[in-house]
Amino acid sequence: MFREVDASRLDEAPACHIEVDGHKVAVREGEPLAAALLKAAVIPMRHSVVSGEPRAPYCMMGVCFECLVEVDGVPNVQACMTSVREGMTVRRQHGARQIGGQA
Amino acid sequence: MREYDVAIVGAGPAGMSAASQAAALGLSVVLMDEQPRAGGQIYRNVGAASRGRLDWLGPDYAHGRGLVEQLASAPGVTHLTSATVWDVSSALEVSYLQGGSAAQCRAKHLIVATGAMERPSPLPGWTLPGVMNAGAAQIMMKVGGAVPEGRIVLVGGGPLLYLVAVQLLDAGAQVAALLETSPKHNRRPAMRHLMGALRAPGYLIKGMRLLARIRRAGVAHHFADAEVAIEGGDTAEAVVFNAGGKANRIAVDTVLLHHGVIPNVQLTRMLRLEHDWDARQLAWRPRCDAYGVSSHEAISVTGDGAGIGGARAAECSGAIAALGAACRLGVIDASALQAKAAPLLAEHQAQLRIRPFLDTLYQPPDWLLTPTDDTIVCRCEEVTAGQIRDMARLGCTGPNQTKFFSRSGMGPCQGRMCGVTVAQLIAQTRGVSVEDAGYYRIRPPLKPIPLAALASMDETPPAG
Amino acid sequence: MASGQDTEFLVIGGGVVGAAIAYGLLRRGRTVRLLDEGDDAFRAARGNFGLVWVQGKGAGNPGYARWSCAAARDWQGFADELEHRTGTDLQLQQAGGMHLCLNDDEMAARQLELDTVASRIGEPYPYEMLDPAQLARLLPSVGPEVVGGSFSPLDGHVSPLRLLKALHQAIDALGAQHEAGVRIDDLAHVGGRFVARAPNHVFEADRVVLAAGLGNALLAPMLGLEAPVTPVRGQVLVCERAAPFLPLPTLHVRQTGDGSVQIGDSKENVGMDDGTSIDQLSRIAARAVRCFPVLANVNVVRAWGALRVMTPDGLPIYEESPTCPGAFVVTCHSGITLASAHAGVLAAWLDGGERPAHIDTFTADRFHVQRS
Repeated sequence: MFREVDASRLDEAPACHIEVDGHKVAVREGEPLAAALLKAAVIPMRHSVVSGEPRAPYCMMGVCFECLVEVDGVPNVQACMTSVREGMTVRRQHGARQIGGQA
Repeated sequence: MREYDVAIVGAGPAGMSAASQAAALGLSVVLMDEQPRAGGQIYRNVGAASRGRLDWLGPDYAHGRGLVEQLASAPGVTHLTSATVWDVSSALEVSYLQGGSAAQCRAKHLIVATGAMERPSPLPGWTLPGVMNAGAAQIMMKVGGAVPEGRIVLVGGGPLLYLVAVQLLDAGAQVAALLETSPKHNRRPAMRHLMGALRAPGYLIKGMRLLARIRRAGVAHHFADAEVAIEGGDTAEAVVFNAGGKANRIAVDTVLLHHGVIPNVQLTRMLRLEHDWDARQLAWRPRCDAYGVSSHEAISVTGDGAGIGGARAAECSGAIAALGAACRLGVIDASALQAKAAPLLAEHQAQLRIRPFLDTLYQPPDWLLTPTDDTIVCRCEEVTAGQIRDMARLGCTGPNQTKFFSRSGMGPCQGRMCGVTVAQLIAQTRGVSVEDAGYYRIRPPLKPIPLAALASMDETPPAG
Repeated sequence: MASGQDTEFLVIGGGVVGAAIAYGLLRRGRTVRLLDEGDDAFRAARGNFGLVWVQGKGAGNPGYARWSCAAARDWQGFADELEHRTGTDLQLQQAGGMHLCLNDDEMAARQLELDTVASRIGEPYPYEMLDPAQLARLLPSVGPEVVGGSFSPLDGHVSPLRLLKALHQAIDALGAQHEAGVRIDDLAHVGGRFVARAPNHVFEADRVVLAAGLGNALLAPMLGLEAPVTPVRGQVLVCERAAPFLPLPTLHVRQTGDGSVQIGDSKENVGMDDGTSIDQLSRIAARAVRCFPVLANVNVVRAWGALRVMTPDGLPIYEESPTCPGAFVVTCHSGITLASAHAGVLAAWLDGGERPAHIDTFTADRFHVQRS
């Protein structure tokens, strides 16, 4: 959904890898997870708790809570407020989160 | 609990400038911000941006670098990064979450510099993936070095819409159309403020240059007559609207919405400060004096969080608020305050001269402020404008009973995305002023926090 | 001066208590005007925990235990009718409720309390004390620190939000005059009728019911009544929506029909301050995590302070004015549990019927006796 622009304009943060729904995805270390997921076209980013509608980031600044994902086993983490780290495991959520145990 | 002279929430232009100024006067300062780096949204990531990115995003963005460097060299500023403030008590004990753990500090004076957020744009289809704020796309440029793939349509009004269009064009993105929604009838009243605007430093010229660049690029430029809708299934597929009496449908991959910015009043509301409805900016603003002091004498509000003035105005007002706090804390006397603040106050006024023109010209259309019945207003709980109107007819006189009955504002965004719309819908339905309708009572935590983090603060000895 | 058409009844207070009474009177064919405060009212229902609860109530007053049990038994029928009238699902679940204990002292105190009620109530009073293994069968996510608990099959929970909304919908549908944003500051008994005044409003009716919560303290003496009520703050945490994990409500933690987890409570005398405090919130959170360790990473979305309406002994007042017949005061702190009774037998009494036997002792003169 998003593509990086001409590399000469960028401050080449080193690449690292995260896992999204079981797939390995190359990202830039330290960038916001929501930005990495948009560049990797992880769309929709979740399905809503109420109707199951597809959703994706709307504000990218921590106010809309549309980018909630499960990060390293913790549900409902704001992807736009989370910096990516090597080895991070991300799962998309479909409807309400679970409490205790995996769905 | 660590105590500081001044606690500042938000490290955008106002917060950075307040911190640097307060520190320069010898005050101990804690600056708290949710982001890993100083800058706020307007100067997001500017301290880490390469030369190439600064050239791309332009001199107004690059300006923030000076503020970041000044902050970094200011003595006596404790900058807590990636720190989320979630409660402030009446004794100015600030609770925050950092690295997943809850912590507290205390201040003698609090400066709220939580800035602005883009006005939510509740129009049909705005919850579809592929629809985001124009400012969100700009953040993608600042932190991700990325632009949307495929066809982009920008919808809304205001200078940021033009700036984002140009930044996208400069990166080679495919801007298919610019669709302005500001009513044509705004133009005549806006002209009354033109003289003031001409006396504001540089804004009009910049705007004309942006528009010229968009025109040169051959971007289709439309002016919507009425409600704009976004159609799609799993993602946005088309923008549908009438312009000049003709029906239009533009195929899209990404829709970027922007209807100006409004103060982010979540913290000032939680603090139960007095607020007024700004009928020109169509937003709530905390009631403050010239030095930013709110209805609570130990709390100042500065920058766009106190009313929209833009980044340069915020920079001035941050320093002014720090001077005011220093005077209240007895570090400088009233005459020193006046002497030091005078040039800043003058510059602040100069920066604000553009606002009446911009606020009037780009006032959003009624169909956005009070959307049609089927449009979702509360994105979290999927409450429509029609349901809000039903609650008003059922006897809800304000947003709180409406929230109670409809669940609007009960989701994780805590009312940030629907609050301003719900108040206007109730006012419209009941035929009262927005001020009479009121606003959500914002309760802690200011952002959702894990139960275990809250539990970790329990100091009662375990029984038995 | 707006006054509108006359009604037989004026009900002052649009919270759960006033709305249930108004609904009950309208159902009986009376004409009713319901007066409600504005959006910033100190509404107890907003911070209510939503329990339909009998276990432990009335240890010192068997009449109150019987009144609560009768209300709980009537709740399903009351809910069915209200849902049928409005289409609003109240999310009533009455499959029993649990009180969890974290140590043997709590367990012993609990057993004593329930035994006391059972020995005095004079009717069957079903409850069971459960050991950890029995508990775990009913609530699989309970933590290892829980040593046991008590269970009552009469208990349950409901959405207080949906209940109040449904009552307002039903009241409107039954033709009540519903005035929102009105705060009565004067009441008078003139020529056998009642006159209520608010800024820019005058209302008249044959009978008046004071159901204004903490506001009753000021209003009742205007009509020869007493309501010595004071606020007792309770704090509640509301967490994000989640898939079902808790099949039964407990006294301190419940999962609502929408999936949100609600955690309470606290009892503080802090005057009219409906704010929150970190010491209480963290204590409530810590107990919840000890009871249910799986809640540790669940996010708190908001914290509430709400003011309970408490008499000196915690029991209700239901009284007709001796000097102004036709004026009634109703006050209690269990507006949810008692809603079915308020809409039923209590409304019948207000409408000229017989005073229910269970509430014989709930007059304000009992406080004079205690003081002397």
